[in-house]
Order: sequence, then structure tokens, then C-alpha cells
Amino acid sequence: MRLGSVRVSSGFVVGAVLTVLFVGAAALSYAWTPWSTEGLSIASRLRPPGGEHWFGTDHFGRDIFSMIMVGARTSITVALVAVAIGAGIGVPLGLAAAAGRGGWLDELVMRFNDLVFAFPALILAILITASLGPGAVNAILAIGIFNIPVFARLTRGAALSLWAREYILAARAAGKGAARISFEHILPNTANLLIVQATIQFSLGILAEVGLSYVGLGAQPPTPSWGRMLAEAQTMIYVAPWFAIFPGLAVALTVLGLNLMGDGLRDALDPRLKGRA
Amino acid sequence: MSLLEIENLTVDIGGHPILRDVSLSIAPGEALGLVGESGSGKSMTALSVMRLLPEGARISGAIRLDGEDLTALSEPAMCRVRGARVGMVFQEPMTALNPLKTIGAQVAEVIRIHRADPDPEAAARRALTRAGLPPQQFPMDRYPHDLSGGQRQRVVIAMAVALRPRLLIADEPTTALDVTTQAVILDLLKTLAREDGAGLMMITHDLAVVADMADRIAIMKDGAVVEAGPTAPLFRAMSHPYTRSLFAASTHRPERDRRPLGEPVLEVREAVRDYALPRRRLFGPRPLFRAVDGVSLAIRSGENVGLVGESGCGKSTLSRAILGLEGLQGGEVSLVGRPFSPAAPAERRRDIQVVFQDPYGSFDPRWKVADLVAEPFHLLRPRPAKAERRARVEAMLEAVGLRAEDAERHPHQFSGGQRQRIAIARALITEPRLVVLDEAVSALDVSVRARILDLLAGLSDRLGVSYLFISHDLHVVRAITDRVLVMKAGKVVEEGETETVFAAPRHPYTSELLAATPDLEAALAAREAATA
Repeated sequence: MRLGSVRVSSGFVVGAVLTVLFVGAAALSYAWTPWSTEGLSIASRLRPPGGEHWFGTDHFGRDIFSMIMVGARTSITVALVAVAIGAGIGVPLGLAAAAGRGGWLDELVMRFNDLVFAFPALILAILITASLGPGAVNAILAIGIFNIPVFARLTRGAALSLWAREYILAARAAGKGAARISFEHILPNTANLLIVQATIQFSLGILAEVGLSYVGLGAQPPTPSWGRMLAEAQTMIYVAPWFAIFPGLAVALTVLGLNLMGDGLRDALDPRLKGRA
Repeated sequence: MSLLEIENLTVDIGGHPILRDVSLSIAPGEALGLVGESGSGKSMTALSVMRLLPEGARISGAIRLDGEDLTALSEPAMCRVRGARVGMVFQEPMTALNPLKTIGAQVAEVIRIHRADPDPEAAARRALTRAGLPPQQFPMDRYPHDLSGGQRQRVVIAMAVALRPRLLIADEPTTALDVTTQAVILDLLKTLAREDGAGLMMITHDLAVVADMADRIAIMKDGAVVEAGPTAPLFRAMSHPYTRSLFAASTHRPERDRRPLGEPVLEVREAVRDYALPRRRLFGPRPLFRAVDGVSLAIRSGENVGLVGESGCGKSTLSRAILGLEGLQGGEVSLVGRPFSPAAPAERRRDIQVVFQDPYGSFDPRWKVADLVAEPFHLLRPRPAKAERRARVEAMLEAVGLRAEDAERHPHQFSGGQRQRIAIARALITEPRLVVLDEAVSALDVSVRARILDLLAGLSDRLGVSYLFISHDLHVVRAITDRVLVMKAGKVVEEGETETVFAAPRHPYTSELLAATPDLEAALAAREAATA
């Protein structure tokens, strides 16, 4: 399949459609949801899916479809800001490490990376949110910190090979300093890689946010969140299976969509794979 | 009867014609030289014989090996031909070997695939010995990284000849090697093919190499054979204009005016450059490798100096120190009379610029030519205004034989030769006193190389810029320099006027280099003497 001058795989198109669907639902939820997610209505609790409530209702009688829309908002915001933190700090760190390759700065950045990588990410995120108090902002911080070394390491690796290129030597012979070369030559030439990694980290961020709110450390009630919906649905899985199925599907489809899109982007942007997609 | 017969071979890939009506034949024991510039289809002809063409290639015509049409064979049948009846030697011994397997295992693998040999290791040992790597000195459990480039190429050759194939195809087998290594590898190929009575298809861009190696020659251009015939008569007659132009280009020497010598532009005194190697023991000191060992040289304005040596002799390391990209552990560099080092202020760099070997790797692929050429303006104080920068870039593009409109294009839209012109424009834009040309024409086809050498010679006369011309190619150095230094293992072993050094070398290493360099005239004379 082609998009303009770029060849894209059908996987990319499926991924992009899913992603647009969920981001669109999140955006729409600010203006309109079929039902309010704040009012309780015990009378209409645990209704199965039907014409009135498309995805059914939960144990407080809230409309699940509306809750998924608002929950998408929370997950997407948390993951997006966490990726921004990771890339915003990690990329400059990686560029600096590559510019001072073999030096103390490189050593410092890489050992810091090793330190963060040494801990299981989700467990430490739980520790951070537990000690700073649960909430969306702390979830963003906890997930964001673990994105830093991912971006730092990736950027450094890509930048190191670029630093050996002749056009970088030519730029050095033209008297350009390391910082200038990093931003004018290195960063644009690692952008492909970073964009692809960002989509993958974004999907991992959503999973992490769902995980944190599942254990009660994410966004707090009454803000709807996918993870807490799953946690609450667990006890009612035989009585009201739709209560668990729809948020679970939402998580799975969003992550699948982002991963497909990331793979497709990598194939489309990587010149080595050109002509094979 | 011919061993290999190619008849009206036509290949197109995705509708683009690659080969047109190629007809060739090789008799047993005969060496055919396939000569041409990049894109002429010489490698594609070899890949057609192996049926290793890229996906989407359509092939018509006939390729007969001992009378059997290879184009009609199924893929499994073709697998039995490759390696057993047709052996292939590639250009880059670095990538033609698997770094994770020992050399013995790689040679034995070829034998194991094709034959139920009770002892493939013994056969591999014989093949390696024939290729000049006797297991007593080079145990079979060595890995490719333990070997030098020439030794690796011997392993590739051992794999190709292990099953005594009927036809041996060598695709630029020595282009990646040093001249002294090239000579022995060529000799080895010739001997092995003769011993086995095999046909040899030798693909090269180097006329001198092919004159020495091949009994018959086919010259290719744009996917077709333009001229073919026995080597010596073909070169003597040169009936096709393309053959003549190829010949003229490969022996081309640009016209140069001798300029009066002026003040020293560059002086290097007792330069020493050490590299720290990895530690041998956990807390031991890091051993040092001395890449440049007490080198002194001077370049005065108005002269071009050549620096010759084989890979690993320290010439590129020295050039980086001269360019102020890396520091020295001893000695000093002075540029236009003042000390120069990585710590020198940026604006002093305007006096020294550089052109690299690889016309594909020396530009940021995302930048436009205008910005690439203007990059060194960064060095000027005050920085020229935008309109002036643009005017100077356009003037410089025209000075190097491009058009002013080319400023708006991206590097991938240019050919290798044109890119090298852009690199030269970038190096000259700040009006430097010295340009370091690090193998600047080595990656170019002969006809393009001749034009770039003309351009360089003209520019140095017109702009009064001196060159430090670093190369392993003695022909090129002879064509463009006034003085030459010969480097070996970090030291300068000989220095003097280029013509004097080439005509009467004093150091044995220089004589060795000169003797190893293929010489078209000498090869033809030897060939004629043999047939007369």
C-alpha cells in the first residue's frame, strides 16, 4: 500500500486506524459521552450490553462505553507525557554521552542507565507511586523515569555510529562544536529510530498506566480508568462478564494498534527495508 | 569446446534493462577479463552465471556450462552447481566470511554440502594449504578476525577452489587489498585456475590488473560488451572509442604549472600519536600502540605533497592530527607559521580543509547542497551575510564544474563523481591554504577520476592552494604531486621529489611498493614476449 510517496504495510494501516479511533474517542470524551460517568444509578446497575447502554453498565450503574471513552483520556495522557519526559531527558543525555564517547560523561550516563535498568520497572513504579502517593501525576513521573534510559541508550547507540561518519568529520573540520553537530547532524539522522521507539514506549506506557491503576496507584476515583475498571470487574466476572471484557478489549486493541503502527513506521522509515514492505 | 558459453544474455530488473545481448565464452584453462566502470553490468553478468540476481530480475538467452543450460535449471539443481562447479571470490573478504565460524569449518562446509566426504576437514586442510594458508602456520580453528585482509581473501579463495570447480569467478578480488597483497593474491588465483584447468572470469575496473591476468578481455559499458578479444592485440589496436577513452583515463596525468614555492603552509615536527589498547590484565596498565612515530614533514605554498603507504601505516591517523581533529602525544603541528591543535580557535581551521574518500558517506543525507557547501562558513569571522554566502556557494559550484541550480538539490541526486565535486567545493569555500585529500579519488571510476584530477590540478594552480594527497594508489600520487613521502608502520621511510622517488627509489620498501603496482605497459610487453 502507498501513502503519498511512502510505501506502508497493511499492518500499519490497521494500527493507525485503531490508534486514531482511541485517540479520537479520548478527544471526543471532553465534549460528549453517551452518559455521564459521574452520576450513580443503582437502579440500572449491571445491565448487559444493549440498545440503551452499548457496552452495558457497571455495579454503580455507570455506562461502560462512556467510562472507556474517559478512561482512554487518562491512559493516553499519562503515557504521552511519560514518553515526552523519557524522550525529552533521555535523548539529550544520549546525544551528550555519544559526543563525549569514552569520557566521564558517557560513563556517568551509561552507569545511570544500568542502574535504572537493573530494577524491574513496574515494581519500582509501584514503589514510587506508593511513596509519593497514588495519582495520575505520580504515575506519569514513575513511568517517565523508566523511559529515560531507553531513549538515552538508543540515541547513544545510533549517534555513536554517526560520529564515525565522514560528514561528521567534515563538520568537525569546519570547526563546529559537539553540541552544534549533535543537533544539526546527529539528531535529525536518528529521528526515524526515535519516532519508532516512541510509539513502542507509548504502548508500553499505556500498559504500565493500566497496571498501576489496576493495583490502585493510578488515577483515583471518581476519574474512570481502564485498570481500575478491570480490577473492579474481577469479582463480578461471572455475573457481568461485559464489565471486564470491554475495558480489556480496549487495552488490548490500543496496544496492538500502537505496536502495529510502530512496526509499520520502522519498515517505512528504514531505508534498508525499502522495497520489501 | 568452450567451458562457459554465454549467448545473447539479456537481463532486466523491474523493467529496467541491466544487460543487453551479452555473449561471452571461456575455454578450459583460459582467463577472461571483464572490464568496465561501475554500472556497466560486469558484476551482473557474473551473478547471472551463478543465478544469484536480485529479486524481480528476468533473464533471457542461454548460459551454458559444459553444454548444460544453467538458465533452465531448477533452484535445487542450481544449488548443486554453485560452489561445486562454479566457485566465486568476492571483493570484500571482511563480509564474505562468517565472523562466528572458524576458517576450517567454513571451508569444510563447502565440501560437506556438495559431497559425502568421509573427512571434510582433511579436504579443507588441503584447500587451505593450496591457498597459501598451511595449517601448520594457520591452524584451522582460527577465526576470520585473527587474519589480515589478504589472509582472509585466501580463505575465500580456498572455499572457492575446494571442490576444484570448472569455472572460477573473481569479482574485484583485490580492490579492497593493499598493492603488495594484491600482487600475491592475483598470482595465487592465476596459479590455482591453471592447476585445475578451470576457466577464470576476472572482473575488474583496473586495466593494468586485467592485462596481467587475462588471456582475453571483454570491455563492457551500459550493460553491453563493446569490444572483446585477446588481451595484447586488443590493447594495441583499441578499435572502439570507449576502449581508447578508458585507456587514456587510466594513464591520465593532468597538466600542471610549476608554481614558485612560498612560505611553509604546514609543518609537522616529530609527531607521535599513541593509542591506548585494551587492558591485558584487570589492574594492569593499558598497553600503547604507536600509530605515528616521529613523523616530520613540511608543505610550502605552491607545492602538492603526496603521502603514500599501505593500510594501517598511520597515514590517516597523521591526517587527523594535521586537521586538528585529534591531539598528539609528542611533537607539534604548525599551520601557516602558528601552532595548530584541537584546542586552536575555530576560525584558524579555515586555512585547512579536507576531502574524504567516500563520496556517499561525506554528506548529511538530509541537507541540501547549498547548506552542505556553506557549512565551513561557520569558521569565518564575521560570518558572511546570507546573500553573499549564497553567491559564493553558487560561484564555487560553478568552479568545480557543477551548476548554480544544483545548490537546491540533495546529495543523493548526484553521481559519485559529482558528489566528490561537491566535497571539493565544500573544502575550498573558505579559501584554505591547504586541503587534505584523504584517498579522495580512490572510490571513483577511472574516467571520473581523470576528470577530478584535472579539476584538482586546475584549482590548485588557480587558487594557490596546496594539497596533502594521501593515497595507496601510486599512479594517482605520481600524477598530481611534486613531492612524496612513503610511510611504513608509523614512520616516514623515504621522502623526495615525486619523479625522483618513483624513478630511483632508495628504500627497499618503496621499491617493493613500486614493483607490486600493476603496470599496463609492462604486462602487455610480457604477454607479447610470451606469445612471440
